[in-house]
Amino acid sequence: MAERLEITLTVNGEQVTREVPVRLTLADFLRHELELTGTHLGCEHGVCGACTILLDGKTARSCLLLAVQTDGMSVDTVEGMADNGALTPLQQAFIDNHGLQCGFCTPGMLATLTELLDTIADPSEQEVREWLSGNICRCTGYQGIVDAALAAAKALRGESPAGV
Amino acid sequence: MSWIGSAVPRLEDASLLTGKGKFVDDIHLPNALQAAVVRSPYAHARITGIDAAAALDMPGVHAVFTHADLPAALQAAMPLLVPNPAIRYPVTQHVLAADAVHFVGEAVALVIAEDRYIAEDAAERVFVDYDPLPAAGDFRDALKPGAAVAHEGRDDNVAAEFTVGYGETDAAFAGAAHVFRETLFQHRGAGHAMECRTMLASYEAVTDTLTIWANTQSPHQLRDVYCRMTGQADNRVRVIAPDTGGGFGSKVQAYPEHLAVAAAAIALGRPVKYIEDRREHFTATHQERDQHYDVEIAVDGDGRIKGVRGALVHDCGAHLAWGIITPFISATTLPGPYVVPAYQMKVTGVFTNKVATTPVRGAGRPQAVFAMERLLDRVARELSLDPAEVRRRNFVPADAMPYKVGLTFRDGSPVIYDSGDYPTCQEKALALAGYDAFKERRDAARAEGRHIGIGTASYVEGTGLGPFEGVSVQIMPAGNIVAQTGAAAQGQGHQTMFAQIIADRLGVAPEAVTVIGGETTGVAYGIGTFASRVTANAGPSAHLAAGNLRDKMIRIAAHLLEAAEDDLDLADGRVFVKGVPEMGKSFGEIAVFANGMPGFSMPDGITPGLDDTSYFTPERSTYANGAHVAEVEVDIETGRVSILRYVTAHDCGTIINPMMVEGQVAGGVVHGIGNALFEWMRYDEAAQPVTVNFGEYLLPLATETPSIEQTHMETPTPLNPLGVKGAGEGGTIPAAAAIVAAIENALAPLDVKITEVPVTPEYLLDLIAKAEAAQ
Amino acid sequence: MKPPPFSYHRPESLPQALDFLATLDDPKILAGGQSLMPMMNFRYVMPANIIDINRVAELSTVEETGGALRIGAMARQRDLELSDLVRQRCPLLHEALLNVGHVQTRNRGTIGGSLSHLDPAAEMPAVLHAHDATLHAASKRGTRDIAMADWSQGFMTPNLEPDEILTAITIPCWPSGHGYGFVEFARRHGDFAMAGAAVLLTVDAGGKIGRAAVAVTGVDNGPVRLPETEAALIGQTPSPDLFESAAEHAASVPGIEDVHATKEYRRKLAVVMTKRALGQAFDRAKSGGA
Repeated sequence: MAERLEITLTVNGEQVTREVPVRLTLADFLRHELELTGTHLGCEHGVCGACTILLDGKTARSCLLLAVQTDGMSVDTVEGMADNGALTPLQQAFIDNHGLQCGFCTPGMLATLTELLDTIADPSEQEVREWLSGNICRCTGYQGIVDAALAAAKALRGESPAGV
Repeated sequence: MSWIGSAVPRLEDASLLTGKGKFVDDIHLPNALQAAVVRSPYAHARITGIDAAAALDMPGVHAVFTHADLPAALQAAMPLLVPNPAIRYPVTQHVLAADAVHFVGEAVALVIAEDRYIAEDAAERVFVDYDPLPAAGDFRDALKPGAAVAHEGRDDNVAAEFTVGYGETDAAFAGAAHVFRETLFQHRGAGHAMECRTMLASYEAVTDTLTIWANTQSPHQLRDVYCRMTGQADNRVRVIAPDTGGGFGSKVQAYPEHLAVAAAAIALGRPVKYIEDRREHFTATHQERDQHYDVEIAVDGDGRIKGVRGALVHDCGAHLAWGIITPFISATTLPGPYVVPAYQMKVTGVFTNKVATTPVRGAGRPQAVFAMERLLDRVARELSLDPAEVRRRNFVPADAMPYKVGLTFRDGSPVIYDSGDYPTCQEKALALAGYDAFKERRDAARAEGRHIGIGTASYVEGTGLGPFEGVSVQIMPAGNIVAQTGAAAQGQGHQTMFAQIIADRLGVAPEAVTVIGGETTGVAYGIGTFASRVTANAGPSAHLAAGNLRDKMIRIAAHLLEAAEDDLDLADGRVFVKGVPEMGKSFGEIAVFANGMPGFSMPDGITPGLDDTSYFTPERSTYANGAHVAEVEVDIETGRVSILRYVTAHDCGTIINPMMVEGQVAGGVVHGIGNALFEWMRYDEAAQPVTVNFGEYLLPLATETPSIEQTHMETPTPLNPLGVKGAGEGGTIPAAAAIVAAIENALAPLDVKITEVPVTPEYLLDLIAKAEAAQ
Repeated sequence: MKPPPFSYHRPESLPQALDFLATLDDPKILAGGQSLMPMMNFRYVMPANIIDINRVAELSTVEETGGALRIGAMARQRDLELSDLVRQRCPLLHEALLNVGHVQTRNRGTIGGSLSHLDPAAEMPAVLHAHDATLHAASKRGTRDIAMADWSQGFMTPNLEPDEILTAITIPCWPSGHGYGFVEFARRHGDFAMAGAAVLLTVDAGGKIGRAAVAVTGVDNGPVRLPETEAALIGQTPSPDLFESAAEHAASVPGIEDVHATKEYRRKLAVVMTKRALGQAFDRAKSGGA
């Protein structure tokens, strides 16, 4: 029985240890304890997907996880994606294809698409849309995001973008 | 080369893509406390007592504020921002409910604690005694005799009444070959930006300065409302809108919570943060929704419009934050891109015990366009004409521009369409959609037992609403260029847009321009980001300010280089003698000089400093336009509507950044798809909200939305030096009209008539069943 | 929307979990958290004690035993969706899983959590109902097997005692070559179904339907088998007309109403979904089935 627990986990490749209240969600732990504020909260009931992170390499809603549940696990957030400032092909594709407007849903979108591209190297537009159905965007109409995902898949396969 | 017109990659993107964006909740001030709001569970009730003792006893709880705990100035009702003589009862909301609550979600008390978890725990222990009162629910019922009144002491629920129109309507109807009448209901919903409302207030007693970070669309309005209520000097109140996760209208208003949080920060001497959660957003953030139309159209034998008249009833909710601008916009938008010789619309605003309605993306226009386009579809059906042809016969011709509609705008000025070519715009949309070949697609689908349909809708949209939006551009001594404006961005790409405009004037690349938006310290006065107005107001301001700065740099450089002004040019951050690039001065050198060097006189007529602030003031609104075509499939066994294709032709004048305009249109269309098929903020008869989470209130997902196929026209407006019009809302405005037309078209063999949105599958299946039974 | 205070317990074994469950005041089991955590964030549910069984490894196994799949209650929905064993031996489950929420929620959501939460519109209960699955519960008092037919005791009320945990599900596999169909109507991809139908059938050598199992979800308080539909199919030669008339029995399900749909509409959808799932199952049986 405990109201606070010490946890140790790996966040973006670095081990962190903190004592946290047991009811603290992973999202709030990342945002307010670690000040990794790239992960956003849009609904806190698991629908909008803005808080999506990678937990042991798989997407999960960080608003639906207690921080204590991730003890010993590995969490990757948007802050850990770019390598020393060099954007990933997916991030670059978001710029090239206007995959973001306000940017609030973007970190969750990137998490979902990271897992997608790890899972399916050559996704169809329909597959991209099905994966994205767990992330809501109110700005873009999804079009730029879908285009970015397809472009990133292409880039990761070593093909040049269309028309270049 | 010109940066205007180029798809420049957005300057905003890199930080947002790497988690370095700074939204309000990302700002961690030392010593900050967190707030939670105690909200009314009743739609209408008297408050008979509030007991906060149990909450105050909890560890980590710092304070509980109720109406009585606020400074006297903040106990007054909030100001009515846009008065209008048509308003019969100008009731506005209190910062914290005074002696009664008028909608579920109304703020009653503010709890301040160490963190949000504790604040929520404590909010549950603030016990409010309510004496429930009958509530005004559905706005149509609220107009009936004997209906419960939304505000005690009132005789009825009429908030405002007025009529707009022109021409001899009665004569037009009396002499018409055909008159068709429709009763229409369009329900919208809410903005639902992905980031709910957020605010952080910090007070520095030494300087008597209040700073509010808020994801507002209008920092200046928030500052001005605060100062208007408290009497504080406006230079002691700084409002900063940092990165903001979408707006869509819902974040324009200065809200009660902004003022309550400011009061708490001052009283406690510590920063106070309030992050609205989604459940609160469903009840406490303004929405824009129900309008009911009873409208008639008179046409001649060829389907040419002789007149339109009718009555519009608008749900105001419980309070009039912005007066009645939404139904006013609806009534003045309705004639649209068509020649309507006579027009009369009686408008009634109704109070209900629901959260106030204020503009959401489209701002009353989607409803008006829906009404007009439904009437034209009815004409097409009754006269056996193609719907596109009916529109073609009625468009204001391109050579009639500028076209005086006959209506009068809010400030008494005439509504004049400044420029546009509506027939060509429609033609482009129809061509891209393969409209003429649709019958073959339809026949092929029918052979497979599938029901597909096509629909089109056209609109004009007043954009670039004045009076002004200022921009200041400054060259720093290091040579860097900083532009500031009060207009806050919520994802539109303002930084990039301003940088493109300024870069063109100063001969630099856009990334050389730093744009700081959304701060009241940037420019003295500001209006805000709404009504698709920033590019058309602040864009020209940036253009003028950068132009003035360019002229000033040339004059100073001419002085320093002892050269003639005409011989100088700008490029790469330098002013130099044409053809002799090494003979020049860097922007930084000029700024150092302009900022004053002891012992060096200023040239004649040159004022100190290398900055310029311009407030472009448009004469009137500029009208964008567009045409949409939707192609849908209806599953007649379930009522499901799938959008197969969606095509837009869009004309927002000169395009600054085509990539960003396409993004605005695509996002707007999907918002419109939500209005047409999914989004429905529902209340029961007692005005209790029943769709209060994202499982009940449905936003469109990537799987329910098609790729939006776009084509563009650029008909510059003569009303500003850039020729630009607004682009933020055109995607949303005609979407419901086009989609509903397509659904009806798909079901043409059944003669199904749709009179309301959203078209839920159950509603549609009922219509199909009734139509089948009637046949 | 922050969860209320509670005490947190993380057993490493089933006996330890059962101990907690038997002794703690007002306990709640935390499985995948995709339903419980939203309800706690909304403060609709405010348990004094959370027992997190995510570290109880013995609850996550998937194995084939004697013509049946035995699936641990903590098996993640996404893992089951990707499991070759599930795809080969219980393809209906695979098919239905594609409709459960989204990848991001299936990565955490568990089959046992879905069954214990028992949302009226959930996909898993209908699939297991069609499959005549057996659910295995454990408590300090011992173990108990519950037929899927007895699982739903009313609106979101599974047949579980307060001290019991759902530990595993046994799903009898259908013979190789069987047809299966899962069709649902949801407003958007991944939403809970307003009506859905799960169908299993076999077609014998003579071209007639040998066995049939049909269950619907989203229509009533819990999953509903349609014995009259099944009876109308067995021994008959499959045809669109047969499926249409057999599916009509779905209209007799009492039906529930909520913000999304009336019961009348749900019943109509149930008929259409059943008809379509039958067609899908038959097409698959024809083409060699599972």
